Amino acid sequence: MASETKGNWWIWKVFWILLFITTFEVALGIIKPSFLVDTIFLGTKLLNHVFIILTIIKAAYIILQFMHLGHEKVTLKWTILLPALILVPYLLFILLSEGAYTYLML
Amino acid sequence: MDEALDEALVKDHKPAWKGGDQPYEASYGKLMMWFFLITDTLTFSAFLASYGFSRFKYPDIWPNPEDVFSHFPFLHGEHPLLFVALMTFILIMSSVTMVLAVNYGHKMQKKKVILWLSLTIVGGAIFLGSQAWEWGHFIHGDKGGINTQTEHVVHIAEGEKLSSVYALMGADGHDGTHHHFTVDQVITSLEANPQYNIRKANRMYLTNEDAIAYLRENASEVLLGANLKNNEYGHPLFADYFFFITGFHGFHVFSGVIILIIILINVIKGTYERRGHYEMVEKVGLYWHFVDLVWVFVFTFFYLV
Repeated sequence: MASETKGNWWIWKVFWILLFITTFEVALGIIKPSFLVDTIFLGTKLLNHVFIILTIIKAAYIILQFMHLGHEKVTLKWTILLPALILVPYLLFILLSEGAYTYLML
Repeated sequence: MDEALDEALVKDHKPAWKGGDQPYEASYGKLMMWFFLITDTLTFSAFLASYGFSRFKYPDIWPNPEDVFSHFPFLHGEHPLLFVALMTFILIMSSVTMVLAVNYGHKMQKKKVILWLSLTIVGGAIFLGSQAWEWGHFIHGDKGGINTQTEHVVHIAEGEKLSSVYALMGADGHDGTHHHFTVDQVITSLEANPQYNIRKANRMYLTNEDAIAYLRENASEVLLGANLKNNEYGHPLFADYFFFITGFHGFHVFSGVIILIIILINVIKGTYERRGHYEMVEKVGLYWHFVDLVWVFVFTFFYLV
């Protein structure tokens, strides 16, 4: 396995990446740049899209590196990832669009 | 099945149905942990998606997270996001110590596994303590609110700036005593202190006179703090989701800490040393990273967005 030959440096690399992204998110959340707050895209602020993209990047590092899924067999990788990648966006699409719809009906 | 036959089956990839063949090249235990984590992913996704549903249903009156979670232990003033950022850091850090424990497990270095596993438990415990503080603060409340017949909560403001019921009533919200105010007391106070007014749930500020008229007509009770039925921050669902989602995640962290302690005892006793591999540490590690992963999303959707 890869981790047997590699040292610990990759762990700390991932740690610094996660820490940097989190700090960046918090800074954005406090400063709230007006360009990102005032631009509305797909029903929400551009800032929220930035947060969501950064969160997905963090999630990818945790799953692929820390949980070691990136180094597993490709069949296992997709067995784990596909159900989530199909069902979660589907769930979000249904619930968020229905939420917006009930708002219009209120 | 004797060992020679077992070996032959694996080597020739003969009947996979009889076991011994690992198409995923992962052990049964690890595979089942992954399958459990998929189901848990879908559970948490459903929670966060339904939180999104409610937010999209009440976009005008949903509480602003930065008005709610704005305090840091032992610090005065407003510090939005800082405390949860610290909690995130603690959980990421404990994830790092967990990977290190798994890594030293592969190398069969028992003492280092014990060290890093212990630090992971400490990180988990600190996170749980932080969450207890966060819950305590949320339940006790901060600025107070006034419930109205429309079931929308309005807040006390000073001009165009959010103030608090305590400031209006000249009381200290954090002196440890149990406060109780009536709507009449608040209205009397508003009449006596014309610099105060209210902010409606849709973030509209009323003048002092309009505020008094509005409260006379609509106000039903003064809310201090939060429970499952109503809360001072806004829509009742806001507190319900907060308790449910962070509570469910906190329970995961709690069970994670318990499981880690059991595994640590086994490591110290030398169970895995005798077994010849530290795969159990790896499997629990998967669960622990998952708890970190969920928090990353809770952090984004509850506190940032």
